[in-house]
Amino acid sequence: MTRQRKLLSIPYYLWIVLFVVFPVLLLLVQSFRGLDGSFTLTNIQTYFTSQVYLTMTMQSFLYAFLITVLTLAISYPAAYFLTQTKHKQLWLLVLILPTWMNILLKAYAFIGILSQTGFVNQLLETIGIGAQQLLFTRLSFLIVATYIEIPFMLLPVFNAIDEIDGSMVLASRDLGANEWQTFRSVIFPISLSGVRSGIQAVFIPSLSLFMLTRLIAGNRVITLGTAIEQNFLVTQNWGMGSTMGIILILIMFAVMYVTRKRRKGVPGR
Amino acid sequence: MKKLINLSLVIIGLTTAAFLGGRYIEQAQGTSGADVFHLYNWGDYIDSDLIEQFEEETGYRVVYETFDSNEAMYTKVQQGGTGYDLVIPSEYMIERMIEENLVVELDHSRIEGLEHIDPDFLDLNFDPGNRYSIPYFWGTLGIAYNEDLLEGFEPESWEDLYRPELADSILMIDGAREVIGIGLQTLGYSLNSRDSSELQQAADQLTELSPNIKALVADEIKMYMIQEEAAIAVTYSGEAADMMWENESIVYILPEEGSNLWFDNMVIPHTVQNEEAAYAFINFMLDPEIAAQNADYIGYSTPNQTAMGYLPEETVEDEQFYPSQDMMDNLEVYEDLGLEYTGIYNDLFLEFKMIK
Repeated sequence: MTRQRKLLSIPYYLWIVLFVVFPVLLLLVQSFRGLDGSFTLTNIQTYFTSQVYLTMTMQSFLYAFLITVLTLAISYPAAYFLTQTKHKQLWLLVLILPTWMNILLKAYAFIGILSQTGFVNQLLETIGIGAQQLLFTRLSFLIVATYIEIPFMLLPVFNAIDEIDGSMVLASRDLGANEWQTFRSVIFPISLSGVRSGIQAVFIPSLSLFMLTRLIAGNRVITLGTAIEQNFLVTQNWGMGSTMGIILILIMFAVMYVTRKRRKGVPGR
Repeated sequence: MKKLINLSLVIIGLTTAAFLGGRYIEQAQGTSGADVFHLYNWGDYIDSDLIEQFEEETGYRVVYETFDSNEAMYTKVQQGGTGYDLVIPSEYMIERMIEENLVVELDHSRIEGLEHIDPDFLDLNFDPGNRYSIPYFWGTLGIAYNEDLLEGFEPESWEDLYRPELADSILMIDGAREVIGIGLQTLGYSLNSRDSSELQQAADQLTELSPNIKALVADEIKMYMIQEEAAIAVTYSGEAADMMWENESIVYILPEEGSNLWFDNMVIPHTVQNEEAAYAFINFMLDPEIAAQNADYIGYSTPNQTAMGYLPEETVEDEQFYPSQDMMDNLEVYEDLGLEYTGIYNDLFLEFKMIK
């Protein structure tokens, strides 16, 4: 039995070593390479002494944070009300549907909607406000990024709320809690696990959204992703690009740590 | 559990079917056989009718792949594993590829029609004697603007782009050399400057331009200008020609301070598998009638002087696209800067993007 289990687990270990451990090690080694291929610490030094890279990291962090907050603010109530509806799986499917479409197509659709002659501006003209510059602004970047990330927040939150045993809610009501109290002390704490996975699923990719920064924000929003792309494709400075990749991984660990499940404070399941 | 297994089986079944179907189509079209020709070119940079015509005339199957920057192309060709038979990079990249032995020396006895090429475009610094490359197109970087939207103001120089009334109205090409080059040329420096203080001055100069920039984008510029999303764009001549074709209010000019002159040439990369087809394609493209048809479609300037006879007179006489000798003298060609200065240009460019 145990031998069989060991044999069965081999592909998974292989997978993890080949596609997780090995690439990260490669990235780490590469991050210590200078332009001439020698072993050096200059990349890390350049990163921490460069005003440009540090501001860029701060900006990426800020935008990722805003996108996460916005998606959470929209997705949590949506997920909560979804669980209350009759055909919740159907409604969920409808809300998840946009993920079936390629992200590029969605970005191009938004260009059409937000451009000078686009739908939104036509609407603004009709009601007398007049056309505004919408494309290439920070606001439009946040809106489009939030729209794209919503399903990734909605799904885990929905599952967490949906899994809550109905008898718990009944018990809470039975013991005299009103609807708000039930939500605050029963439903919300239990659903936090879903919120955590949602935050991780949204925050981390948002740190390096480089395609949207060009298509929607016209490179007026710069994130770490832009710099990594430039270092790999244009300046051929793979060392510097890898250093930034490592920094992204470190930020990711920090986010996982902050959003980890704490033993104290939050009542466990 | 049973549901899950069924679902997995369906997914595996569909994937296998898609894979086998793909293989079948590839074989049916002959995209993996011996008479296949892999062409790696800029996006939207050949009349697709000509690809069909080439296939009919020679019997080769063309697999056409595109890139959007010289650097991206370089990385793919250098890493190998790609099997491209012919690539069309720009001059400074050809210079680098020759240095690094990434291109194959041409056998001129197998090339027919080189006599049609204007001698001005042969034997240039980046490839003396055209030992590695054959001219495909050439062009310039300049200013495209919409007469109607600017209401009477006609920009004539890089300097004019700094005007306060142009706030938030310029679409800029997303390229480090192009943008830093504007700063350098506004100050009267060379596009190939390797002087730190000159570069810093150019970057400072560009800080003043930043409030006028609406966005830094690439191929989308064409679409935005046609739809009148912006009044001014810094773009390449051929892109401008396309815009003018679609929107009659657009004008293209070469700035007074001078600008960039570039050449895209055909080279055979070290990854070549079908040399025969590569030469057939070079010869096909040198044919004046073919070159004229391609130039008419793409809008860039052809180096093929015989072909110019087949082009409409107004095209060939347009000084913005076929500049006079005086104007040509004012233009500068990019040189390969080397990795260190490519890095410096790009860091300054990144800094420029961060302003605002």
